[in-house]
Amino acid sequence: MIAYVLRRLAYGFATVLGVLAFLFGLFFLYATPEDMARRALGDKAPPQAIEQWIVNHEYHHPLFWNPENPGKTLIVDHYRRMLTFDFGRSDADDVRVTTRLREGVGPSLSLTVPLFFGGLVLSISLALFVATFRETYIDRAGVALCVLAMSVSILLYIIGGQFLIARILKWFPISGYDADPAVIARFLVLPVLVGLAASFGEQVRFYRTVFVEETNRDYVRTARAKGCGDGRVMWHHVLRNAMIPIITRVVLAIPFLFTGSILLESFFAIPGLGSMTVDAIHANDFATLRVMVFLGSVFFIAGQIVTDVCYTLADPRVRLE
Amino acid sequence: MESYVLSNLITSALVAGLALALWGARRSPLWRNAGRELARRRPVALAVVAAYALVAGLDSVAWTDPHHEVAESEAVLLGEPRSAIDRLFPADFQEASYSAPFADHELYGGEALRHPGGHWLGTDIIGRDVLHRTLKGARVALIIGGLTSLIVLPLALLVGVSAGYVGGRVDDVVFFLMSTLASMPSLLLLIALIMVLGVGTVQVCVALGVTGWVGLARLVRAETFKIRELEYVDAARVLGTSELRIVGRHVLPNLMHLVVITFALLFSSLVLSEVVLSWLGIGIEGSWGRMIDQARTELSREPVIWWGITSASVALFSLILAVNQLADAVRDILDPRTVGEES
Repeated sequence: MIAYVLRRLAYGFATVLGVLAFLFGLFFLYATPEDMARRALGDKAPPQAIEQWIVNHEYHHPLFWNPENPGKTLIVDHYRRMLTFDFGRSDADDVRVTTRLREGVGPSLSLTVPLFFGGLVLSISLALFVATFRETYIDRAGVALCVLAMSVSILLYIIGGQFLIARILKWFPISGYDADPAVIARFLVLPVLVGLAASFGEQVRFYRTVFVEETNRDYVRTARAKGCGDGRVMWHHVLRNAMIPIITRVVLAIPFLFTGSILLESFFAIPGLGSMTVDAIHANDFATLRVMVFLGSVFFIAGQIVTDVCYTLADPRVRLE
Repeated sequence: MESYVLSNLITSALVAGLALALWGARRSPLWRNAGRELARRRPVALAVVAAYALVAGLDSVAWTDPHHEVAESEAVLLGEPRSAIDRLFPADFQEASYSAPFADHELYGGEALRHPGGHWLGTDIIGRDVLHRTLKGARVALIIGGLTSLIVLPLALLVGVSAGYVGGRVDDVVFFLMSTLASMPSLLLLIALIMVLGVGTVQVCVALGVTGWVGLARLVRAETFKIRELEYVDAARVLGTSELRIVGRHVLPNLMHLVVITFALLFSSLVLSEVVLSWLGIGIEGSWGRMIDQARTELSREPVIWWGITSASVALFSLILAVNQLADAVRDILDPRTVGEES
């Protein structure tokens, strides 16, 4: 077990190094520091200004090999900074990226955590309900509804939700955010509802497939033969046996709670990490974008390792070699 | 070469390729039956997709008419190449600003329109006909799906099959590459790629392709592992068939159901991704996403300008719904695990 976890960690670390290599290629080799300076300052910027920008952002070192000072190269800097989580300053306004991250993670979590748990409970219950009535009209109508819901762009859910619930019905404010716990809920209900509407179709369908597959197994027949009703079979036997795919999905989704929801946050003016990413796009802030991609993949890789370990805890049939 | 000539050539090549693929598929009873079953189960969805493809195809064929007796004001517009779809509308089919569907007067100012009652779905902020723009969006949507698939499918097949069939070191390298790419959050990676590559149709499709090929490559790799060990492959090897021929004749045809299923599932997700990109300002010119993006300010005007976003959304929704339904049907028909099950 310990050997397995160690090996898994080593492979995860290697993947992180691979991600960093990819980012280096994209942001330093394909788009050179000069490109970045030109994007930040505009096409008509004088050469001195571009030179100055590059020096200010410490992009003036050689890429791979510096004969005067072997440690001072862009690739070494890139790896050292990312791996020590010392992300330096934003390309756009010189604020420390780490400060931004610290400020943004709270608002992001306050949106994504309710959305995540709400979505989980809602879609698993709906999927179990639909799977109980599999091969009937309830099931067909449920699946058809899911496909309908999946075919609408998330942008339309957001625009439609804001227009209908906030502008016409005036139930909640259109957008905004306040960290004060007394009023925070007022601002978060609408984005969470919109997020649920946008994601339930795909989730319910996925869980339904998992549950329907389980209901064809022998143990379900045994349980029924013993006299268990629909409710007990579905909630007790099937749900517990379907834990493996559920855990995979759940654990792999948790990392993304921290990186926030790009669309929901910026439409509803929630000052989280998603909004930060959108601002970075509009400001041509490559440094922030690089950090977001890197953090996203670090979280994802960590999530994968946790999933694999969780397998052994949830299902004794899974053995790790 | 003029760009519209190039576009015409590409369209002809795509149509020819599609016809060739269909002709090839007709020869195999498996695919013939699958096609018949699909037409039986989902006739409406098939017709909807065919209609979109027809509109997109008509919009891709453009030509100029140099010898045309026209008024001075129209001469500039008529010098431009216009597609078959453009020709359904008068050349100067433009107003000064917003007008409602079937209106006679402009929305603001109330000046008389040049084409009273002619704009069935109204006009947008610079007076372009909304119906015309909506129809032209079909081509952009199919380009996003089609061009990206042209990148994704060969790449995923090549990488997946070589990893699965050769195994060993090649597989290790490919697996590492795939897990590296897959570990980056796809929307963020997409954004980063487009910011670096630049905004444009080809760049967006390449970025979508880079983020999209890993899923299929994984499936293909796993399936190739299984097929490699099957007895008929052993038999072919014993008979002295070359490795390349085994891959071409015995492995690839047995992966095609995966390709078709993935293509159908991929298509709708690509078009929906482009809508999000459009909203971030890095989408493709002329797409439905652009029209929806434009509507953000229009919905807060007084009176509300609803026709632009409604047309684009309905067009987008119908296409995605039809493709999703086809994808489900295709999966049920082709996936050996669900054969015979009707849902």
